[in-house]
Amino acid sequence: MPHVISGVNLSLREEVAETQESMHSSDRILEVDSLVKYFDVFERGILRKKTIGEVHAVDHVTFHIFAGETLGLVGESGCGKTTAGKVILLLEEPTSGSIRFEGTDVVDTFQHGHQDDAKRLRRSMQMVFQNPYNSLDPRMTVYDIISEAFVIHRHIPKSQWTDRVYELLRMVNLEEYHAERYPHEFSGGQRQRIAIARALAVDPKFVILDEPVSSLDVSIRAQILNLLIDLQKKQHLSYLYISHDLSSVRQISQRVAVMYLGEIVELASANELFDRPLHPYTQALISAVPVPDPEHKTTRIILPGEVPSPINPPKGCRFHPRCPHATDICKDVAPTFEDRLVQEHFVACHHADKFV
Amino acid sequence: MDEKLLEISNLRTYFFTEAGVVKALDGMSLEVYKGQAVGLVGESGSGKSVTAQSVLRIVPRPGRIVDGSVKFEGEELLTKKEDEMRKLRGRKMAIVFQDPTTSLNPLYTVEKQLTDILMLHKDLSKDDASKQALHLLDRVGIQDPERRLKTYPHELSGGMKQRIAIARALACDPVLLFADEPTTNLDVTIQAQVLELLKQLQRELNMTMVMITHDMGIIADMTERVTVLYAGKVMEVADTQTLFKSPKHPYTEALLKAVPSVKQTRALEVIPGNIPNLIEPPTGCVFHPRCKYAKDVCVKKEPELERVEEGHYAACHFWRELELEGRGG
Repeated sequence: MPHVISGVNLSLREEVAETQESMHSSDRILEVDSLVKYFDVFERGILRKKTIGEVHAVDHVTFHIFAGETLGLVGESGCGKTTAGKVILLLEEPTSGSIRFEGTDVVDTFQHGHQDDAKRLRRSMQMVFQNPYNSLDPRMTVYDIISEAFVIHRHIPKSQWTDRVYELLRMVNLEEYHAERYPHEFSGGQRQRIAIARALAVDPKFVILDEPVSSLDVSIRAQILNLLIDLQKKQHLSYLYISHDLSSVRQISQRVAVMYLGEIVELASANELFDRPLHPYTQALISAVPVPDPEHKTTRIILPGEVPSPINPPKGCRFHPRCPHATDICKDVAPTFEDRLVQEHFVACHHADKFV
Repeated sequence: MDEKLLEISNLRTYFFTEAGVVKALDGMSLEVYKGQAVGLVGESGSGKSVTAQSVLRIVPRPGRIVDGSVKFEGEELLTKKEDEMRKLRGRKMAIVFQDPTTSLNPLYTVEKQLTDILMLHKDLSKDDASKQALHLLDRVGIQDPERRLKTYPHELSGGMKQRIAIARALACDPVLLFADEPTTNLDVTIQAQVLELLKQLQRELNMTMVMITHDMGIIADMTERVTVLYAGKVMEVADTQTLFKSPKHPYTEALLKAVPSVKQTRALEVIPGNIPNLIEPPTGCVFHPRCKYAKDVCVKKEPELERVEEGHYAACHFWRELELEGRGG
């Protein structure tokens, strides 16, 4: 009799575990709400520095990332995409707004929480930088670069460090003997693999990838993109993929957010966004990318002028001075960011209904 | 028959470094006809920039052209004296470099950078040169040109600097323009502006252009003919349409399959390995260590650039047998 009961219990537990898991996979691992980062602009006086303005680098940005998914964050230089990434990891302090990782308040944990909690959070969230020529210390061997994480976090015993470094190297398709070498002995693609191995050394759940393939050669980019997709599946990682390269964003992301002058102007699933963009800026951005097919007839939308200064961003809709569809309302009233027209397709444009 | 403007044959440009001789260009050939837009595509170290430098004879030390011939308008350039070359550079042949931050002189105003070249090559007076400079800025789409003439490069954005660099290249109505990755440092929407400008100028001035890039998208968009370079050697030459539709070299095929597109997603095929070391390039076919079709002969014997059909050449032992896939369709 007890056997039967325990059997029932077991299957029940499995069921619970299963529903928990399915709930978990649709769970939001990261929630960013109304995130703001302003940088003060100074004027140097004789005695003291005087603040004369603020750079609106990230301005009320809201999004979330589901466990196991990749959210692409695209925009041109200066739109605030990298700053957004740094603020999420608290490498920069946010001006206001909230960041929640698996329900934990990131800002609060880093600023007021116990050091151990902050460390634990740091282990869960990692970053891979754009330029592997700068992001790896030239005076450290690959072994030291990767095992530095073990020194700090002490999450595995010292006897296992070597094995773990080898395992990580194999994970990114490098060889064990590479551990004793220095960064300068590697090509750009190999260095980026080392940077990825370093990020994975602490078993993170969430990795911010900041232009991880932009500095690499064309034939190497596909290697790294495929590696990242592969690792995501195997390790159940969530990514924030920051890039100005729309083609690679489409390749790797399930959902995509488009940033312009510190704000997210559009957010939707990758296919929806690339096939039916609703914001005039997204439309121009996509049409501007040269398509590797000579028979593809492009009707390129050429935007006039350049991105305005984020110190005094334009009033109303920030895109209106360059927008081919701008009307009077765009000059005065900032559009709200909503999915009124198409569900789960968020857009901040007064005239988006024209493009549905 | 169209007029052949530039003919490079069997060009070898080596860099004599302390570590050894880097064979940056090792038997490069290229033909450019008048009015054409020709693409040179390759990855870093393929020799695409060195090609432009060799034609203009501005190869930086320790590089040297060791062999070959470069004919421009029927005249051999490699035997010309330096002062004869000076008369050609900037006048009949011009170049736009990748990074306008370093290609423009930070100490001179925009006006001086433009008028200097006009006064030198066109023998204009200072006033006439200034008027001409104003006209040039207008032509490359710079708003408020009077004010911009007085500015220094650091006061301008990247896109605007590149427009100035283009204006300077066009100052003396060159017959041949090299554009060496002219948009690589620019944002996507600014890249679109600059590409559109180059297209329009090429059409209006009937200029011959050699577009140097690693971006297959730009090749597809901007050029009529393409030469694919790898490790200092020509892999394939064809009309742009043909190259994308029915490539005959495994490297071209691999390159086409390795680039993602904004229009669709598909599994990216990886080219294994790394770009070869040019001090000790691979034996036989330079691409063989990364080629999925490589056989014994590829390790031993270097393939010649063979004629596939009129205007289409490929350097592969197996171009006849292989059924390579193109892009699109």
